Amino acid sequence: MASNKTLLTYTLRQADDSMILGQRLSEWCGHGPILEEDIAITNIALDHVGQANNFYDYAAELSGDGKTADDFAYLRLEHEYTNLILVEQPNGHYGDTIARQFLFDAFQKLYFEQLIHSKDEQLAAIAEKSLKETKYHVRHSSEWVIRMGDGTEVSHEKIQTSINNLWKYTEELFYMDEVDEELIKEGIAVDLEKLREPWLAYVTEVLTQATLTVPTISWKFAKGRKGIHSENMGFLLTEMQYMQRAYPNMKW
Amino acid sequence: MTDYEKNIWEILETVCDPEIPVLSVVDLGVVRKVDLEKDKELTVTITPTYSGCPAQIVMEANIRKALSHLKEKVDVKTVLSPAWTTDWLTENGKKKLKDFGIAPPEDDFSEIKLFRKHAAVHCPKCDSTDTTEISAFGSTACKALYKCNSCNEPFEYFKCHR
Repeated sequence: MASNKTLLTYTLRQADDSMILGQRLSEWCGHGPILEEDIAITNIALDHVGQANNFYDYAAELSGDGKTADDFAYLRLEHEYTNLILVEQPNGHYGDTIARQFLFDAFQKLYFEQLIHSKDEQLAAIAEKSLKETKYHVRHSSEWVIRMGDGTEVSHEKIQTSINNLWKYTEELFYMDEVDEELIKEGIAVDLEKLREPWLAYVTEVLTQATLTVPTISWKFAKGRKGIHSENMGFLLTEMQYMQRAYPNMKW
Repeated sequence: MTDYEKNIWEILETVCDPEIPVLSVVDLGVVRKVDLEKDKELTVTITPTYSGCPAQIVMEANIRKALSHLKEKVDVKTVLSPAWTTDWLTENGKKKLKDFGIAPPEDDFSEIKLFRKHAAVHCPKCDSTDTTEISAFGSTACKALYKCNSCNEPFEYFKCHR
């Protein structure tokens, strides 16, 4: 049987993806390009932070050493976060944000659809809850990719560049190591290799409808799961952890 | 159901969603179970509407407070599965929403179809189905923004969540 430590590592990876992406999206609060999008993107941010909270609560339970969800979210060092490099990438312009969201949403929907069948009841429950929300996300980001791609010459070029720039981080979506392998054997984790094909099929379908080109070159940049991040991560954490660092143990 | 249990549900009917104050936690379908088995303990099981719903913590605290005079220990337990759905909104809840100016859920979002044509949502003011979605996201996670083309009223729609 898998040790609690393995399950904890796995749970934190999912928690960190949602947390860091939620934090990134929340940076748009009050800065959205139009009011409706300001509201939409912050709603999506809230869903991600809520999902992270559910994963962190479970992580706290697994750790069994009195840690809380907040300890995991706010009081770890950069190398202790194990999110994908993709989700920590800066917001850039709205096309960059939408491109990042689209590449991740398409993956997360497929991921949750499988995690629902996990033999770990709590992971399955979080997946069941989150999937309903992820469906809104994927519809929102896909429609915007199409509007921008099939929009004006300028919007087409911008969103194509965004997709091209982020493509190198998508290989990591399917990264697996001994943690995954151990938990797949027990029917707990999702075999990410099986998601590769449906992910590419969906992304290709939307990009084609958007009159965009699917990038072909991909090099591996897959160290996020081991806690090695891009330069952007430190800046993100500085802002995200500020209150807890300045006022240790503060509570709302 | 014993009178005592009935009493508990009646009290729960008075605990409101802080973001949509016309709805009680019972109307909303977030109270899943009331457990009286143990002698000194009362357990209420609730489920969040959306993962990040900020009203959840407030509802939890208010349920505890509302029932605190009944038992020494009131435990409010949160479960995630089965996941909340708008199918659990009571008929009374839907009527209260409409009277409050929020269109109750009547469409289904569960299928991902891009640029789908929305099923007609009834305007809560004039009942017209000539309405348009402005944004799938609103002031809270559970609502979308609409406008009525017939009476020009902008309104919120409690979106169908399945």
